[in-house]
Amino acid sequence: MRRPWRWLVPLAALPVLALLAYGFRLNPRDIPSPLVGRPAAPFALTSFDGAPVELAALRGKVVVVNFWASWCYPACYEEAPVLERGWQAYRDRGVVVLGIDIQDKDEAGRKFIADFGLTFPNAPDRGGRVSVDYGVYGVPETFFIDRDGHVRVKHVGAVTEPAFRDAVERLLAAGPGAVR
Amino acid sequence: MIPEIGTGVLLVALALAVYGAVVAAVGGRRGRPALVQSAQHAALGVFALLTAALLLLIYAFLTFDFSVRYVASNTNLGTPFYYRITAVWGALEGSIVLWAWMLGLYTLIVVLRHRTTARELYPWVLAVMLGVLAFFVLVMTVPAPVFTRMAPVPADGRGLNPLLEDSGMITHPVALYLGFTGFTVPFAFAIAALVTGRVGDFWITTTRRWTIVAWYFLSLGLLIGGWWSYHVLGWGGYWAWDPVENAAFMPWLTATALLHSVMVQERRRMLRLWNLALVVLTFSLTLFGTFLTRSGVIASVHAFTQGTIGVFFLGFLAVVVLVALALIAWRWDVLGAQGELDSVISRESAFLLNNVMLVAATFTVFFGTVFPLLAEAVRGEKVSVGAPFFNQVNVPLFLSLIFLMGVGPLIAWRRASLENLKRNFLGPVIVGVAAAALFRLLGVGSVLVAGSLALTLFVAACIAVDLFRAVRARRAMGERALPALGGLLLRHNRRYGGFVVHLAVLVVAVGVTGSQTWSVHTETTLKQGEQAELAGYRIRFEGLRESQESNHGKVTGTFTVLNGKAAGTVLEPAKKFYPQEQSPIAYVDYRLGLIDDIYLVLGDFARDGTSVTVKIQVNRMVSWIWLGGVVLTLGTLLSVLPERRKAA
Amino acid sequence: MAAAAVRAGLPVLLAVLLSATAATAQQPSRPVDDQQAYEIAAELRCVVCQNLSVADSPSEMASQMRAIVRERLAAGESPAQVRQYFVERYGQWILLSPPRRGFNLLVWLAPLVAVVVGLGVVALLVRRWTARRRPTPPPVDAAMKERIRRELESEP
Repeated sequence: MRRPWRWLVPLAALPVLALLAYGFRLNPRDIPSPLVGRPAAPFALTSFDGAPVELAALRGKVVVVNFWASWCYPACYEEAPVLERGWQAYRDRGVVVLGIDIQDKDEAGRKFIADFGLTFPNAPDRGGRVSVDYGVYGVPETFFIDRDGHVRVKHVGAVTEPAFRDAVERLLAAGPGAVR
Repeated sequence: MIPEIGTGVLLVALALAVYGAVVAAVGGRRGRPALVQSAQHAALGVFALLTAALLLLIYAFLTFDFSVRYVASNTNLGTPFYYRITAVWGALEGSIVLWAWMLGLYTLIVVLRHRTTARELYPWVLAVMLGVLAFFVLVMTVPAPVFTRMAPVPADGRGLNPLLEDSGMITHPVALYLGFTGFTVPFAFAIAALVTGRVGDFWITTTRRWTIVAWYFLSLGLLIGGWWSYHVLGWGGYWAWDPVENAAFMPWLTATALLHSVMVQERRRMLRLWNLALVVLTFSLTLFGTFLTRSGVIASVHAFTQGTIGVFFLGFLAVVVLVALALIAWRWDVLGAQGELDSVISRESAFLLNNVMLVAATFTVFFGTVFPLLAEAVRGEKVSVGAPFFNQVNVPLFLSLIFLMGVGPLIAWRRASLENLKRNFLGPVIVGVAAAALFRLLGVGSVLVAGSLALTLFVAACIAVDLFRAVRARRAMGERALPALGGLLLRHNRRYGGFVVHLAVLVVAVGVTGSQTWSVHTETTLKQGEQAELAGYRIRFEGLRESQESNHGKVTGTFTVLNGKAAGTVLEPAKKFYPQEQSPIAYVDYRLGLIDDIYLVLGDFARDGTSVTVKIQVNRMVSWIWLGGVVLTLGTLLSVLPERRKAA
Repeated sequence: MAAAAVRAGLPVLLAVLLSATAATAQQPSRPVDDQQAYEIAAELRCVVCQNLSVADSPSEMASQMRAIVRERLAAGESPAQVRQYFVERYGQWILLSPPRRGFNLLVWLAPLVAVVVGLGVVALLVRRWTARRRPTPPPVDAAMKERIRRELESEP
């Protein structure tokens, strides 16, 4: 090989190394959801108290659907008070917070609710149908649904006060019938 | 106490390693034996210190010293004795300690074996070994410090990951790391050869045994990993093409290529450049493997980056790759092929094809493993590249390799005449074709399966032909058959060791083909006393019982196999409930057989123990894979014996 | 190898639910081909494991997904439709093998390219190396043979 071409050999390694370095900026946990912008899948569950929990009945309100599990420590433990406070602050403004307990045992779920004093409706998703319908791959995951029933925000991981407030305020401001 | 002592020991080791690497390089450059001596002493010192660090860590585990954060995170008061020792390498920080210690051990052996025999290369070999050691000790002190103090000292530790409480934990990392670290030695020799310009045959003949030994341990590590996956993880499979598995498989592929192309260099003085590149590639892949496993860059959804350690590994990998490849580019002229080829149909060609297939397989696995990264970088979307992809694309490559395994050893060097081809291959080809036809006729499997099995028979026939002829030749000279065979194996141990290793590969291939094709499974709910039926076996659920072990609660289901060869076998799959784990861990129970493994995984159960959901598998031919490992061990032992006569 | 959490359990109710689902499957329902259900599940990625398929994974989420696959097949959906259901909710990532379209063709073609390039390089090298071989000695002509014979015979 003539003089300069041989140096292609070490140089060829650079793109591969650059690609691996790029990997540091990615988070393998963060799978973008194809559901954002699409109509939220309907569900009809029964809460731990025996009351019906149906998404269709909540059209016209901003709905926050939170998937959790009692064994999901520490994230679900961190966000439970945030969700409860958010529920208390916004329930009179047309916002509904719903909790769906997945891959869990009923008593453990009830204990979790009692421990954190959650007053918003919580229902167990026993067969996992709803969680798969929402493309849930871990807990906790929270979906913010607008008044028209479209998923606008998917939040993976524990919800924080600012994240909750931002999403809810934005959807409240959007008003009914606004698509986008 | 221990955290401080340990950190101190490691810091001194780091300083010594850096000192030794620099001094050895200077001594090599300036031709100063005194400096090389000093570096040698530094190397011995580093090994002694690393041994002390390892013993200190083991001691901390055995005495439940929770002031060491690593001990507190990986064991608790209930962890059984032997797992407390293996917990030493059960997580990130400790695994680096084990790696570095093995590297130190290999450096010691290099010092003892080569300090007088490798005059010009030795200083640089030492410099490289110490340089790599310095890096790993650095990792042990900065990004992944193993002797961090835990304050306040907890009363009890967190406990070992329950999946690691298994005999596989004792052997798998040890074998795997002996393999990975072993490749540092040929790499060091390669760099030494490049730096000094002595790129002839000496460096590669000196490291032949090193490469075989490292390759063997890597093979063993992969097989034990498969065994561990099979009997612990509860899915009944032994290989999932997980990025971490791929990371260990790739250096194995290139090392196999190297083992073969080395023979072309020895005989015909060709492929010197290629062999250097293969050694560099193999070592780089071991670094890539350890980077992949510890950086979390490509992983499943539930992995996470462990701080800055990934940056350290990537940085070191970059330095190694760029420097080594630059050295090769620098010496390009000297490495030009001197050799010549007489004919396309020759053993040289077979080896070249072997290398093409192995390197193509390596590229395929590598590209598939990093493709999710590439897709995200370019398209911004996440894709998965998993087992179905790898299985599909690798099958043709591996089948052609098996074919070459039969052809290669028999085909003549330089030029194979038609006469030679007919003489050697007519028999085996007939055997293979007949077998394929027979399998199809018997409906043994699809075309692919019948073809694969027939191919293995073809290769086995090739091996048999060679052995038979050689023994016959000896008998013609008056020797009796059995001593003739023995003498043959010992005098030409490289060749016949290789044959036995090929045989081992065949056995594993049959095991893989059989298990993929003929295994069956079912999942069913049984009440007490009820039976399930699978593949002719009837299995009855007897009952459930609860128990408390030292560090976990356990619910065990009892099942009896009612008929067949396994009649009367009692299987007790269980679910183990560890307080530190969020959900129960399945404990699989199984009965191994040469053809059939009966494999049970406990699913859900009724609270009162009267009914249970159980997953039953009858896995076929899986034991052949483990048997292949045994044959591999024998073949490797034969290959590394000192030679009775000089190789021609 | 896979040291991440492997949840190997089903809640008590799931076993009941599974049998309940089978008993109360909505019309129209077809008998589900086990093999087909297994094959579809083998192509889906278990979202909570390290690189296992939904068919192989012992985790709870995977068995829930297996149940959904069976339900949908029983309701008359084709395998492609069942796969599409999951892709619509999880993205392409849920398929264990990237579909052979667009950018993903790169990874499918990579092995072929590797082998072709490798064989090409080998072919080039082999040609160069066989051209270099020592030429066979020229045949000895009659005059030379005569000379040799005379010289040999003249030796005592």
